[in-house]
Amino acid sequence: MHALKLTRKSLGIPYALFLLLFVAAPLIVLVYYAFTNGQGQFTVSNLTGFFTDPNTLGTLCYSFAIAVTTTVVCLLLAYPTAYILAKSNFKRKSVVVMLFIMPMWINFSLRITALKEILTLIEGNLAYYPFLNAVIGMTYDFLPFMILPIYNTIVKLDESLIEAAKDLGADERSAFFKITLPLSVPGIVSGIAMVFLPAMTNYVVLDMLYNSTYIMGSLIGSYFAAYNWHGGSMIALILLGIICAFTLATKGMEDEDGSAAGGALL
Amino acid sequence: MREKIIELQNITKTYDNGFTAVSDFNLYVKRGEFITFLGPSGCGKTTTLRMIAGFELPTEGKILLNGKDIANLPPYERPINTVFQRYALFPHMNIYENIAFGLRQKKMSEDVIKKKVKKVLELVDLEGFEKRSVATLSGGQQQRIAIARAVVNEPEILLLDEPLGALDLKMRKEMQLELKEMHERLGITFIYVTHDQEEALTMSDTIVVMSKGKIQQIGTPEDIYNEPKNAFVADFIGESNIFNGIMTGKLKARFGGGEFECVDDIEEGTLITAVVRPEDVIITTPQEGTIRGTVTSVIFKGIHYEIVVESGKNEMVIQSVRAPKVGEYVGMKVDPDNIHIMIAEDNTNYFMVDINSDHRLEFNGKILDTSVTKIIKGSRRLENGSIADSAGEVIDPQRTKISAAIHPRNIQMTDDISAGNVDGYISNLIYKGDHYSYVIHTDLDQDFIADDEYLWNMGDHVGLIMPVDKMTFKLVRK
Repeated sequence: MHALKLTRKSLGIPYALFLLLFVAAPLIVLVYYAFTNGQGQFTVSNLTGFFTDPNTLGTLCYSFAIAVTTTVVCLLLAYPTAYILAKSNFKRKSVVVMLFIMPMWINFSLRITALKEILTLIEGNLAYYPFLNAVIGMTYDFLPFMILPIYNTIVKLDESLIEAAKDLGADERSAFFKITLPLSVPGIVSGIAMVFLPAMTNYVVLDMLYNSTYIMGSLIGSYFAAYNWHGGSMIALILLGIICAFTLATKGMEDEDGSAAGGALL
Repeated sequence: MREKIIELQNITKTYDNGFTAVSDFNLYVKRGEFITFLGPSGCGKTTTLRMIAGFELPTEGKILLNGKDIANLPPYERPINTVFQRYALFPHMNIYENIAFGLRQKKMSEDVIKKKVKKVLELVDLEGFEKRSVATLSGGQQQRIAIARAVVNEPEILLLDEPLGALDLKMRKEMQLELKEMHERLGITFIYVTHDQEEALTMSDTIVVMSKGKIQQIGTPEDIYNEPKNAFVADFIGESNIFNGIMTGKLKARFGGGEFECVDDIEEGTLITAVVRPEDVIITTPQEGTIRGTVTSVIFKGIHYEIVVESGKNEMVIQSVRAPKVGEYVGMKVDPDNIHIMIAEDNTNYFMVDINSDHRLEFNGKILDTSVTKIIKGSRRLENGSIADSAGEVIDPQRTKISAAIHPRNIQMTDDISAGNVDGYISNLIYKGDHYSYVIHTDLDQDFIADDEYLWNMGDHVGLIMPVDKMTFKLVRK
């Protein structure tokens, strides 16, 4: 029997199997169910049905609104934090950054339950402000994802560029808006991608806070719970389509190093 | 005489951690001059430049621009522009935007800006490059855009921080001439920083040689090259042969193993340092030479041969277009004009020694093998155990210290750190023909000078053995 030649190609086989089993196969199944009905026939009724049913369409828009708001809030909170941290002279800056990341080491379900208690304490009944609570919950979850890429981008900015701007007559404010801000855009884009996409598909936040089907993630869950594989699969596919579109749109604008460093910390 | 455009008075810069980068810097620059700060890494030249630009604030001292103190003015309010070492071109803007940046800050109209940008691109020989992006340019081109961006603002002073460092040799030489030409054409005052002495000699009207935050010498390139004021400058500029010696008569000096005629009239018996440039040594027959020796190495360097001749304990480096053979016994002579004599720097080391409670002398935690009574003339021990000096006054260990001195040649350098009175790291060395002169920096933030025949390396950790009988002492009351 010939010994298995350890070529580069053969080393890739385990990963190829993994991809096949856990990525390709489920996707094929998803597509199959999305475009068939209960009798196994090919149909696009699931697709058209989604966009004509006010419930499902409403859910899509609601999800979208929450995701956008969360992203904006995260951006407004994260940018100044990341900027101040990056420009500071602390000896152990990376330790302070760690402090921002540390909450993520605690299981999210536990944290969101704790948040639920605090919010109930403040508001009395969570049902009064569903939108606000959803945004608070998601911001709490995703804020580090926005801080990290922005921080990484700003910290790597060449200090001499700011000096050059000042040398040429720009004061601190001018130098920030003309040099620092434009050059930190890759970090901002990375941060937006890392917040918006999960926010769109997030399931746990509202589920734990409300036990409701207000957003996409929970919607899919509810469809599947009712054994409607076809409708549920189509919704999942639509969500996948939105994410793909977004990723393609921001391709090239991201700060790859920044988000990679952020990902590495997770 | 042209008027002073900028004057630095008693400028000192000390950082929070105690490190002094620039110390008591005094200089004035004449309008339209091309002046260069020259020195090795860490000598403070870039720090001084940054203080003129406004990126650092001096701890002490004044910077007068046309008579007004600008030391605390932010960089964007100074009529000064900088060309940075790594160009610092804005990557998210094209060439036009980069150059126009300063003009836009001044709120000029677009028409005027367009004309000025075009003109300055012509000046740096990059016409038509307005729409190009920074990333598409070569190093030399980026360099010229950086210069254009600074010059278009018509500043009173142009600061250049080692701008040619990142270029290859040929490009560097071309740019040196271009910069000199630009300086003559524009008439702006140039302040240039470099560690390349050849560059400084080529381009400058005046050179300021710096070391360890202090000015060593200010002068024209010829002055600095031909008449270095001290061993550091002599060693840093050009190749030199440096010897310790002594004046043996009127216009006669003994060094390097021979007695030479010179043109410096210094009193007989004065210790001197003699400097001879390698290209000024004439190789001749042993009979005609003032000193004689054997050729130990001949290296071809393109423009000349580099020849090393050893004579006794001394070594002479010679540059010549004709080379003798290795092993040949030759004579060497030097024109009196080409021997540069400086009065030897007194390199005696001074340091403070404590008197501990037992009335013993302590330095760096170690007890010195002597006693107060032995080293202070006329002192004696009283009945109650304390010590009185020659005038009868009691010496209080708390309020008295002893100042000790030892000459570099009496300090012994050793690998055995614990054997020495003190230890430190070698921060500088100069070859003096028959020995090396080392500067050792200790933990106590002191510098000691020690002479040794043998070659130690920069950064070596050495112990210094200082025999007590070779020290001299003086009582110092606080």
